[in-house]
Amino acid sequence: MSAIPCLQFELGKVSLAGVWTLAAMQAELPALLPRLTVLQKEPNAVWDLSCVERLDSASAILLWRTWGERWPEQLVLPEALRETLQRVANLAPVAVIPDRRPRSWLEIPGQLLLRGLAEVRGVIALFGQLLLDAIHLFRYPGEIPWKEFAANVYKSGAQALPITAMVGFLIGITISYLSALQLRSFGADLLIVNILGISIVRELGPVLVAVLVAGRSGSAMTAQIGVMRVTEEIDALSTMGISRTVRVILPKIAGLTVAMPLLVLWTSAVAMFGGMLAALLQLDLSLVYFLDNLPRVVPVSNLYIGLAKGVFFGFIIALVACHFGLRVKPNTESLAANTTTSVVSAITMVIVINAVFAVLTRGIGVPKL
Amino acid sequence: MSAAAVVELQGICTKFAQNFVHRDLNLRVEQGQIMGLLGESGSGKTTLLREMLGLWQPSAGTIRLFGFDLHTDQVVEQRAIHRRLGMLFQHGALFSALSVFDNIAFPLRELKCLDEDWIRRLVLLKLDMVEMTPAHSRLMPAELSGGMVKRVALARALALEPELLLLDEPTAGLDPDRSQNFVELLGSLQQALGLTVIMVTHDLNTIAGLASHVAVLADQRIIACGPKEEVMTVDHPFVTGFFSADRHKLL
Repeated sequence: MSAIPCLQFELGKVSLAGVWTLAAMQAELPALLPRLTVLQKEPNAVWDLSCVERLDSASAILLWRTWGERWPEQLVLPEALRETLQRVANLAPVAVIPDRRPRSWLEIPGQLLLRGLAEVRGVIALFGQLLLDAIHLFRYPGEIPWKEFAANVYKSGAQALPITAMVGFLIGITISYLSALQLRSFGADLLIVNILGISIVRELGPVLVAVLVAGRSGSAMTAQIGVMRVTEEIDALSTMGISRTVRVILPKIAGLTVAMPLLVLWTSAVAMFGGMLAALLQLDLSLVYFLDNLPRVVPVSNLYIGLAKGVFFGFIIALVACHFGLRVKPNTESLAANTTTSVVSAITMVIVINAVFAVLTRGIGVPKL
Repeated sequence: MSAAAVVELQGICTKFAQNFVHRDLNLRVEQGQIMGLLGESGSGKTTLLREMLGLWQPSAGTIRLFGFDLHTDQVVEQRAIHRRLGMLFQHGALFSALSVFDNIAFPLRELKCLDEDWIRRLVLLKLDMVEMTPAHSRLMPAELSGGMVKRVALARALALEPELLLLDEPTAGLDPDRSQNFVELLGSLQQALGLTVIMVTHDLNTIAGLASHVAVLADQRIIACGPKEEVMTVDHPFVTGFFSADRHKLL
């Protein structure tokens, strides 16, 4: 018994033997294919398949191609194999289905713009739905999903405390250390308090937390809502008469909007502490002096601006995350694409809003010297 | 080598936490048999199937497919074994990011020795075998109905013309008419390709229409295994309960 497919060609007669299956053929294929190509030019050959033990459809297709997609004139074929070959023969020749027509270069920016506008419209529609839900909840306060709200504050706020503290602490140390090197060369050591105070409380704290939270909670929200759509859990909620926006989306957005300013406060404080430590080690600036001077040189309105940014950032991150979560189509590729887009858009929005804030509040909280 | 059973389980023990799912379980499936695996919900049928596929390692015992131990360290050997079997998952497990065509072509492309024209013909042939048209090949899995998902998944399982086909609830979620068609389809394919089939099912009609042999999983082991006419007469509460309602259907 020969396990491998054999092919013999002599005196105008092609004899096949052995097991003609894909698994058995695989190793022999490089040697087999050229020999079959040669046989294509022998239309009058006699094909003898009587010694073939097994023939699978892959080999049947191979033979059919070799025969030029028609039965050879002289063929010895055992009945057992006829069915396999017949099935291949019955298969209507199908032309290659062309891909979609190639797009011209002009269409690409246009489509990108239209898609972007569609996203903006979707976000606005979601925002409007949330307003309607808020009005509804105002009239029926019993339906407010307090439990989900608390769970979201815990998940996106409390559980983010360690990571934001660690990143804030290290950034505080870095900024303080680098500034101290410059300030010392000017003999302006004491200005470290001003630099750290304004930069961390007003800018770095909120933006740092926003980037971390967009990566951490924003992606989680998109993925969760996305998977709920894939597994039809969202539909199951609707079937029970429970609004998906009230029960799933509103608590997420409200939760992050509440948790973000608290996280900003926490991270700014830890970053400030890191900066103070570095100042103590680098410039011998005592912690007491630092804390005494901080409220004098950094007006408290900076803190309000930082917290207000936190509220806005939290709201935007959650809104964008939920919007993209709802756009997930039931396949894994779409889930991955939407999660990526969600995080990227959220961070971009945060940076844009931060710039707008900087322009609008340029006259507030900056100490006049 | 031909004397070796297609699937041979010896002394399988499976433990989830502290609970035994299988205890000293033995099963042997010979070439060309269509083995129906019966058992109550939660009796570990799907787990047993996953163990045969090497997706789950039992706590004790050996699993031999085609005479080879499944848990060898040889990556190449393991892959060779896996190419000789096809699996139809309960919910299809189609790759949701790929079209129907690419789903079926995937295992063929993995062989890396077939040209595109060959693959295209093979895919269309498989689609034809499961009674679908080339027009369906452009659809995405999310656009298919439940029955079509099953048929595409079957076409994918059959893409490499495996010697062993494992089916997990092949007819669950299909209406009786579709389910009957699917059983007939499986039966004709099994005859045409000479497959060995192991299937987990709750559906008596599927067993009646398809299975030649039946194994009953209860009390953490196989309590009966053999031709279905013999197994039906076994005196065990589960067997009598399962078959009593429609005993005549099986005959």
